[in-house]
Amino acid sequence: MSATFHPTDPAALEAGAMLPEAFFVVSRNEETADTFTLALRPVKAGAQRPFEPGQFNMLYAFGTGESAISISGSPEETDLLIHTIRRVGIVTSALDRLAVGDTVGLRGPFGSAWPMDEARGRDLVFVAGGIGLAPLRPAILHALAHRGDYGRLVILAGARGAGDVIFLDQLHEWAKEPDVEVRLTVDRAGSEWPHHVGVVTTLIPRAKFDKANAVAMVCGPEIMMRFTAVELAKSGLPDQSVFVTLERNMKCAVGLCGHCQFGPEFICRDGPVFRYDRIRHWFSQREV
Amino acid sequence: MDDETIRLITGCAKNVRFRAGDAIARQGEPADEFFLLREGHVALEMPAPQGGAVRLQTVDEGDVVGWSWLVPPYHWHFDLRAVSEVRAFSIDGRCLRRKCDSDPRFGYEMMKHFSVLMADRLEATRLQLLDLYRGPAAASNP
Ligand SMILES: Cc1cc2nc3c(=O)[nH]c(=O)nc-3n(C[C@H](O)[C@H](O)[C@H](O)COP(=O)(O)OP(=O)(O)OC[C@H]3O[C@@H](n4cnc5c(N)ncnc54)[C@H](O)[C@@H]3O)c2cc1C
Repeated sequence: MSATFHPTDPAALEAGAMLPEAFFVVSRNEETADTFTLALRPVKAGAQRPFEPGQFNMLYAFGTGESAISISGSPEETDLLIHTIRRVGIVTSALDRLAVGDTVGLRGPFGSAWPMDEARGRDLVFVAGGIGLAPLRPAILHALAHRGDYGRLVILAGARGAGDVIFLDQLHEWAKEPDVEVRLTVDRAGSEWPHHVGVVTTLIPRAKFDKANAVAMVCGPEIMMRFTAVELAKSGLPDQSVFVTLERNMKCAVGLCGHCQFGPEFICRDGPVFRYDRIRHWFSQREV
Repeated sequence: MDDETIRLITGCAKNVRFRAGDAIARQGEPADEFFLLREGHVALEMPAPQGGAVRLQTVDEGDVVGWSWLVPPYHWHFDLRAVSEVRAFSIDGRCLRRKCDSDPRFGYEMMKHFSVLMADRLEATRLQLLDLYRGPAAASNP
């Protein structure tokens, strides 16, 4: 997409990839006790930013700092940029203090995207752990908006407990769509929880998809993604058909500072979405 | 599984049904059987220290549940509860143990299948213990 900043492109850098632009907070929604969703609109009219599913923006909480946050809304609706954020530290807590009408700085969109073109005509398997459902959501919404382009959709979502599942209502809605299978699981629950209990990888053997013609998109903690890829391989899906997204600490987002280096790759420049066979080696190593 | 193995297992099997909420097995009771689920969901639970039950895992159609019939002293290690209507094959553990003892080839086949089941369960439990999605105070991933 032409409006996307590809960090290796010097013209894009000059075009302002390093300069945050002001966006209004148009709405906020509490997803769980520590996770919230902000809808943002550019202060300057006509400054919409088209994006591809899987890309992220750098959100700048004025006076505090910047964080990489994936876009979690539909790529078809670019009037608002939607971000789902988990409060973990200084910047995300500052973003959490934003109210409707406040402004936030935004740079982006940056990074590689989920392989929506390559996946055309194939079954799609989405495996999400925790807030990992947020970066996958644009890909799911895109596939639902272009239903004829894809085969069966399988959405497997895992979370810590019943109160930690984000987009729960929407998951229930998606489950009603034809040829869409949604399975939810939590790591721990009481007997009132109506869905699965167990780690998200245990859902993979139960899911129905064409192993010979499917693409999996996986987002969650690194260990979860590694075990998911192993389980997908056991069920017949090769690593070349598995895509993961990596979230390492990031500063410049344009491949200059080296903060987000992962083996030979810079996550901001080459990722965050990677084909699994290309980074598998680095997954099993500590401190890369 | 080859036909002979399946024949030996079905010789020890019977059809069972449970209603949603039924207790199928209780921790500490003799584990004289295991189940192959044909339909419905079953929860593995343990009594919680603060009362009620903690749900450890759920299993459904096609899953095998229970290996305590194979491990002395042959007692259930958790409660089993039907979450929905359940149809299953119940396999008599004593009947199967006798066949394993008298036919080592069959016994080895059963051990191979159940060790995969145990290894999968152990791996899933390890991941559960890692508490993958916990807050930043203890984890480095979002
Ligand atoms: C490409 C990309 C996309 C992301 N998308 C989202 C998203 O959609 N929603 C969301 O909530 N978060 C997302 N993150 C993670 C987010 O950037 C960090 O949680 C945030 O920068 C933390 O900043 P902080 O100042 O609040 O926390 P800090 O005070 O800097 O750190 C608090 C804790 O979080 C850990 N931490 C900080 N940054 C990261 C990180 N990038 N990855 C793992 N652990 C980290 C620290 O080690 C520390 O334990 C994404 C990260 C990347 C690189």
